[in-house]
Amino acid sequence: MLTTSVFTGLSWNPVTDVRALLTFPFMQHALAAGTIVAVMAGVVGWFMVLRRQTFAGHTLSVTAFTGASAAGLAGIPVIAGYFGVCSLGALALAAAAGTRRGLSTESAATGSVGALALALGYLFVSLYHGLLNGLSSLLFGTFLGITSTQVLVLLAVAALTVALVALAARPLLFASVDPDIARAGGVPVQLLGFGFLLVLGLSVAETSQITGALLVFALLVMPAAAAQRLTARPFLGVVLSVSIALTVTWLGLALAYFSIYPVGFYVTSLSFAVYVLARLRR
Amino acid sequence: MSALELRGAAARIAGRTIWQDVSVTVERGQLVAVLGPNGAGKSTLVRAVLGLQPLGAGSATVLGRGPGEANDRIGYLPQRRSFDEDTRIRGVDLVRLGLDGARWGVPLPGPRSRAAAARVAEVIRLVDATAYAERPIGELSGGEQQRLLIAQALARRPELLLLDEPLDSLDLPNQVGVAALVRRICTEENVAVLLVAHDVNPIIGYLDGVIYFAGGTAVEGKPEDIVSTETLTALYGVPVEVLHASDGRLVVVGAPDMHGHHAHD
Repeated sequence: MLTTSVFTGLSWNPVTDVRALLTFPFMQHALAAGTIVAVMAGVVGWFMVLRRQTFAGHTLSVTAFTGASAAGLAGIPVIAGYFGVCSLGALALAAAAGTRRGLSTESAATGSVGALALALGYLFVSLYHGLLNGLSSLLFGTFLGITSTQVLVLLAVAALTVALVALAARPLLFASVDPDIARAGGVPVQLLGFGFLLVLGLSVAETSQITGALLVFALLVMPAAAAQRLTARPFLGVVLSVSIALTVTWLGLALAYFSIYPVGFYVTSLSFAVYVLARLRR
Repeated sequence: MSALELRGAAARIAGRTIWQDVSVTVERGQLVAVLGPNGAGKSTLVRAVLGLQPLGAGSATVLGRGPGEANDRIGYLPQRRSFDEDTRIRGVDLVRLGLDGARWGVPLPGPRSRAAAARVAEVIRLVDATAYAERPIGELSGGEQQRLLIAQALARRPELLLLDEPLDSLDLPNQVGVAALVRRICTEENVAVLLVAHDVNPIIGYLDGVIYFAGGTAVEGKPEDIVSTETLTALYGVPVEVLHASDGRLVVVGAPDMHGHHAHD
C-alpha cells in the first residue's frame, strides 16, 4: 500500500505518534527551530506582501544560497554565510531602490542582483566539490542536524527582527500603504524602507535554514498572502499569517518525520493549499 | 491670528521664479480656493506652506509659526492619490493612520486606544463614510476614497487643511458632494481650508475667497471680483474674457493656458 510505504514510521495512533515525534533531540530542535522561523516569517512576510516586495524576498532567497555555498567554500558555519550574504544582498537592493527611478528600474536592478548572486553561488559550489552532497538541502531545506546552538541563534535573530517590526509597526504600515502622507506626517519613509529590507534579509536567511533557499516563499509569502485575502484588518492579518505559518511548519515537519519525502515539499504544498483555498473563498 | 499669511512672497525652483509679490491672508473658518492654469505654482504654494519649498523672498506665517514648524497642526491631502484594487487595508485603518500612524510601538488596549477609536469614528461620521469605512480601501469608488482621505487629514483636529486638487478625477455629482462636505467641515470645525482646484464651477458657491495664480504672481479676493474679465486680464497681461454661460457656469476665454476654468479637455 502507498500510505504504508510512504509513511513508514506512522502507527496511526495520535498519542504514540506525537510522543515519537518529540522523543529524539534532533526532532525537538527541528520543531523549536520551525516554530521560531514560522512566527518570524509570518510577521515579516505580512509586511513584505503588503509592500509588494515579494520579488525582493525572492532575490534575497537566492543570495541565501550564495551565502551558504560561500560559507562552505570558506569553511565557516553555513548560518554565518546565510546572515552575512543576505545582509549584503539587502544593502544592494536598498541601494538600487534608493535611486528611486521608478518601479521598472527597481525590479530590473533587483533581478540583476539575483542573477549575479545565483551565478556566484553556483561558482562557489563548483569550486568546493565537497559541498555538492549538501546542495539539495541548501536549496530545498532539511530538518536534520539542527544543533541547540543554532536554535539559540535563530531565536536571537527572530526576537530581534520581530521586536524591530513591532516597534516600527504603525509607521511601517503608514509608509507601506500611503508613503506621501506618511512623509508629510514626519514618518522617515526612506529609512523605514531601508530598514525593512535588512529585516527581510535576516528573515530570509533564517527561513532558509528550514525550507532551503528556494522554498522560503512557502513560509514568507504564502501564509501572509493567504491571510491578506482572508482579512483586511492589520492586527488580525498578522496573527492569521503567523497561525498559518505555524500550522504548515508543524504539520510539514511531522509528515517529513514519518515519511520518505523532504520537509520542504510538505511545508510548501501545505502553504500552497492554504493560499489556493484563501483565493477561492467567496 | 490668521491661519496663513504671506507677505511679498516669492518661490524659485532651480533658479526659475515660479511666482513673486504674493501677499495673501487666510483666516480660521474660511474656505479659500487656489486657482490658475497648470504650472502657475498652485501646488508650489501648498509646498511652501508645509515648509517643503523654501521662499525665495518675502515672509510667511503659518498658524503663528514659520513654514514647516506647525505641520502637526496641518491636515494635508496631496494631489492624485488613489489605492489599487488589491490594497488590503480597511478605510478605518487608513483614517487611524492619520491620527497616530507616526507613533512608534504597538498600540495597547486602554483609554488612549479607546479615545483614538472614538475620534476615528467621529471623523468618519463627519464625512458620511460610516457605511463603507470597514471595507478594504481598494474596493471603494474614487469619491468614497476621497471622503476617507479627507477624514484621515482631519483626524488630528488640524487648524489648517491643505487639499491639493481633491476634486480631480471625481465625476461632477461627487465634485459637488465633496465641495459641500469641505464647506461644512470648514464651518463646523472652524478650520481654515486651502483648496487647490482645476475648475471653479463646482465650488464657487461655497467659497469665502479665491487666490488666483497666473502671470508669475497671484491675487486674492472675493470669487466674483477675482474671476472677472478685468482682474484676469490684468493678471495674465493679455485680454481675457470671463463669460457667464446660461447654466450659471463661468468660462474663461483667451487665457494663455486654456486649462483655466474649462471642463477637462
